[in-house]
Amino acid sequence: MSLTRQDVEKIAHLARLAITEQEMPVYVTSLSSIVNFVDELSRVQTDNVEPMAHPLDGQHQRLRADVVSESDHHEKYQANAPAVQAGLYVVPRVIE
Amino acid sequence: MLHTLSIGELGKSLKSGQISSVELTRHFLSRIERLNPALNALTTLTAEQALAQAAAADARIAAGVQGPLLGIPLIHKDIFCTDGVRTSCGSRMLDNFIAPYDATVVARLKAAGAVMLGKANMDEFAMGSSNETSFYGPVRNPWDTAKVPGGSSGGSAAATAARLAPFATGTDTGGSIRQPAALTGVTGLKPTYGRVSRYGMIAFASSLDQAGVFARSAADAALVLQAMAGFDPKDSTSVDTPVPDYPAALDGALDGLKIGLLREFFEGLEARNSALIHDALKIYRSLGATTVEVSLPHLPLSVPTYYVVAPAECSSNLSRFDGVRFGHRCENPADLMDLYKRSRGEGFGAEVKRRIMTGTYVLSAGYFDAYYLKAQKVRRLITDDFRAAFARVDLLIGPTTPTPAFAIGAKIDDPVTMYLNDIYTIGANLAGLPGVSLPCGFVEGLPMGLQLIGPHFSEAKLLNAAHRFQESTDWHRRAPRGYD
Repeated sequence: MSLTRQDVEKIAHLARLAITEQEMPVYVTSLSSIVNFVDELSRVQTDNVEPMAHPLDGQHQRLRADVVSESDHHEKYQANAPAVQAGLYVVPRVIE
Repeated sequence: MLHTLSIGELGKSLKSGQISSVELTRHFLSRIERLNPALNALTTLTAEQALAQAAAADARIAAGVQGPLLGIPLIHKDIFCTDGVRTSCGSRMLDNFIAPYDATVVARLKAAGAVMLGKANMDEFAMGSSNETSFYGPVRNPWDTAKVPGGSSGGSAAATAARLAPFATGTDTGGSIRQPAALTGVTGLKPTYGRVSRYGMIAFASSLDQAGVFARSAADAALVLQAMAGFDPKDSTSVDTPVPDYPAALDGALDGLKIGLLREFFEGLEARNSALIHDALKIYRSLGATTVEVSLPHLPLSVPTYYVVAPAECSSNLSRFDGVRFGHRCENPADLMDLYKRSRGEGFGAEVKRRIMTGTYVLSAGYFDAYYLKAQKVRRLITDDFRAAFARVDLLIGPTTPTPAFAIGAKIDDPVTMYLNDIYTIGANLAGLPGVSLPCGFVEGLPMGLQLIGPHFSEAKLLNAAHRFQESTDWHRRAPRGYD
């Protein structure tokens, strides 16, 4: 199954990826070839087969008591931020 | 020479005072300085911290503290967060990222006294089978520097094969420890999913990722796994099951061991590759094992299944890289959408973007059932095939890779051709099974690996079978010329 340029533009938008004009045809070709490759799965008989999200059976989400166990490392963890002000992450204006 | 000794031998020398950890560390640092430029196996060198860690190890040894990894140098794949040290994941996106904490794997090996020499180069965000997608340039195979070392843990594999460190950590999501181990002639172990903590290990595909080890022997790998394995409350997928004594299990007899030959692995396998595996089987039979053919009919679907599941999970995991809190941010973003799109467009390389988009597509409305849900069902069929096989045999055997190391640049332009390199390794990731690759011979002067796969939590048996093979052969002792 081939993907069109519009398909790839839509996917890139959903994925929040800027694809340049030069890159676009390469991605259309390679994504089409990958989707074509995985289309083989559509021919497999899977009626009554449970989907498998996790490789080990019998696992469940562990819970713990709702008590504070960590201490404040705000400054340390924010040291990698591109733009910070008063402990907040600075981004372009979101609300008009 | 110090770089030819096993971890056990180094431990003895350190304990007896014959050598110090500082001397040992200097030895490997000087090898890295001299030999790494031709390989590009490291992204970050931590020479000063290494010498400080070595001095601390020497003090502990002098005070009578014992431990098999105390004072032993290592290299960490640059996917593990290392406190205060850059953790790039082979990507421009994290080129400026200084990890603010240690991954559990890093913390455990540090507590055991191992000395970190630096961070290993890798395919970007662990996506690749050749270490050609790294932002920092390709890693070269020490056996032939025009060839790839495999990936994504190419740097860890090349560094171990070049004897730049006695061992290295790696991760394996679709074969990224076992495949490069095979292509560089070293021993590479992927544990059972959930055996080793993923806390602080930058996530690619959360239901497939697993941390493991590169070493020059199963005996060395056993010592390292012992320190890495075990329940971690900080990893919600960590399994709370006791860790056996891996080194103690190495010497067990193989009488009665039933080894299954995976029929699907041998179909279409090149004659020279097949001959090496059959030679290995002769050795296993001489050690008391019996062999029987088994069939896993859904196994050929592993690669397409993986290339739906792994990209889907990666598209979700990599959504955190948004230019807001850490990592690359584009200049002068016009608005929030522009910030996201250009930071991510600039920060990620082509293969990563391909996989994010593949994942986004298979998870999108209208396609989720046909692709993602379908792949999860096929994943169960593959897993059930393995379960049926392990009802009849103890371990499965086959080649690790279809060919020896290929030339840098040969496959990078066609994603699907590259993906087929993982044809023998991916099944074990989908089923969460442990696997080990060990050197089993050479084709055209390049190393080849044989792969053993076991049931969940059978690492002791795998290492035992690998160790006994290595006692009867010397493939694992061969070193590339110039690195011996």
